[in-house]
Amino acid sequence: MADLTPPLVLEPGAQDRTMTLNMGPQHPSTHGVLRLLLEIDGENIVRMMPDIGYLHTGIEKTFEAKFYQQCVVLTDRMDYLCPLTNNLAYCLAVEKLLGLEIPPKAQWMRVMLNELTRINSHLVWLGSHALDIGAMSVFLYCFREREDVLRLFEMVSGQRMMTSYFRIGGLALEPPVGFFERVRKFVGTFSSKVDEYESLLTHNPIWMGRLKGVGHITAEDALALGATGPTARASGVDWDLRRDQPYSGYENFKFNVPVSNVGDVYARYLIRVQEMRESNAITRQALDGMPEGPIKADAPKVVLPDREKMKTQMEALIYHFKIVTEGFTVPAGEVYQAVESPRGEMGYYIVSDGTPKPYRVHMRSPSFANLQALPKMCEGQLIADVVAAIGSIDIVLGDVDR
Amino acid sequence: MPLTPAITDLEQLKDRPALARLLAWNASAVTAARFDRNELTIFIDRPLIRAVVAQLRDDPELRFNFLADITCVDWYPSEPRFEVVYELLSMSRKERLRLKVRLASEELKLESVTAVWPAANYFEREVFDLFGVQFEGHPDLRRIMMPDNWEGHPLRKDYPVEGYR
Repeated sequence: MADLTPPLVLEPGAQDRTMTLNMGPQHPSTHGVLRLLLEIDGENIVRMMPDIGYLHTGIEKTFEAKFYQQCVVLTDRMDYLCPLTNNLAYCLAVEKLLGLEIPPKAQWMRVMLNELTRINSHLVWLGSHALDIGAMSVFLYCFREREDVLRLFEMVSGQRMMTSYFRIGGLALEPPVGFFERVRKFVGTFSSKVDEYESLLTHNPIWMGRLKGVGHITAEDALALGATGPTARASGVDWDLRRDQPYSGYENFKFNVPVSNVGDVYARYLIRVQEMRESNAITRQALDGMPEGPIKADAPKVVLPDREKMKTQMEALIYHFKIVTEGFTVPAGEVYQAVESPRGEMGYYIVSDGTPKPYRVHMRSPSFANLQALPKMCEGQLIADVVAAIGSIDIVLGDVDR
Repeated sequence: MPLTPAITDLEQLKDRPALARLLAWNASAVTAARFDRNELTIFIDRPLIRAVVAQLRDDPELRFNFLADITCVDWYPSEPRFEVVYELLSMSRKERLRLKVRLASEELKLESVTAVWPAANYFEREVFDLFGVQFEGHPDLRRIMMPDNWEGHPLRKDYPVEGYR
């Protein structure tokens, strides 16, 4: 968070020609509390400086004061549009530290719910992006389907948004009776819903006029500025962690990674719409091939026992008591685990010193890195295009500021 | 996948391409290495960090073309107190590499890598803000998360979790 005085302009003497405009932090198109300092020459952006930190909560410091299993609920709160992706990245990192083997059913459930999360996140993005551009009705369509996804999350975890359903060593609970049928019903109708959104937008002349050729960035710039995910793939960076460094059993799924070489806002729109279809296909594969078996790893010192066992077996009760009151120790070491979140590479760097609390946790959040690419996209463009460009990098300020 | 002990012997790790190429380029740049949980960490001599990341990016056999992250770990009260951590990624070889630079608390500065990777801009600002590490040659080294008039660096271990009251 910088102070309120605008910084000096780049070119000496340019002060006569340009003016500084403050956009945000309270602005409907900034998707949270993002403040942009725009140096403008008429309607043209000469320079842009994002100013962040308004949602900084010191979550990395909070991690250091909690037991490993308590941290899972903190991970939801960062990127509130894809809580399960954060849960997964954190759990995978701790499981890597522990050397835990996760049973296949838990892995497949994780993949399935992650893809539903991706759909959920992309729906919010599409709705709010269209709202920014001025297409009100798309928002209502998207939130209709998003509601279905949230009901699925509620069914499986008891929570609509802050799910915390993945735990270190597996899942919190067995999925309830009737859950898979509900998911199957959603998956069966969702691709026709994507057709609906596309019929509203893809060939809409106003939509194309506002997005095509706007916010352009090359693959080299995207990589150099740290952009990942759909933002980079729309510029031709053919890189998806699900395919290229598979985790949690993604190697068992067949899917395409949409890539475009155009690099403008419209390309990023097309990529994300394609990704929704691919996520739907992955969810279907996960449903069809869902293995039977346990949902938790066989590690009684780490994973909480079932309720039933806890009430009938003394060992289980002791383990339960010990995990809840004093946590479990994690062998000293450090790991970096990255997963493909809807926004890009979501990485957790965890350092353990052998105690029940993490010594250091750092999140490599995709929104934070993608934001660096925003000035490059906007400089030389019009103010109205800034709104389109912000929407196109799918920024979540909770993820930027942590 | 049960845990195997970490390998810290440079001789045993020589077959790792990243380490081998770095040693061949300038053996004095590497102070130590560690292979643990399938992840390779190379400790770099402080003055050489910018040259090393440029070399890793441009070496045709390594091509670490993406800087994923920069962060820091505080080992208070032991010395050298800070470790600055770089996560690199080679997309063509699908390989990750972690670089570390150790910093003593009386000389908390090292060279910025923004000239090699513009992406380092925000990452280094964050480390500066939350740990107080100076990056020389950074174009815009200001606080990024905390207010400009904030005192102290919150992620240091001697900074209380609830803050100063």
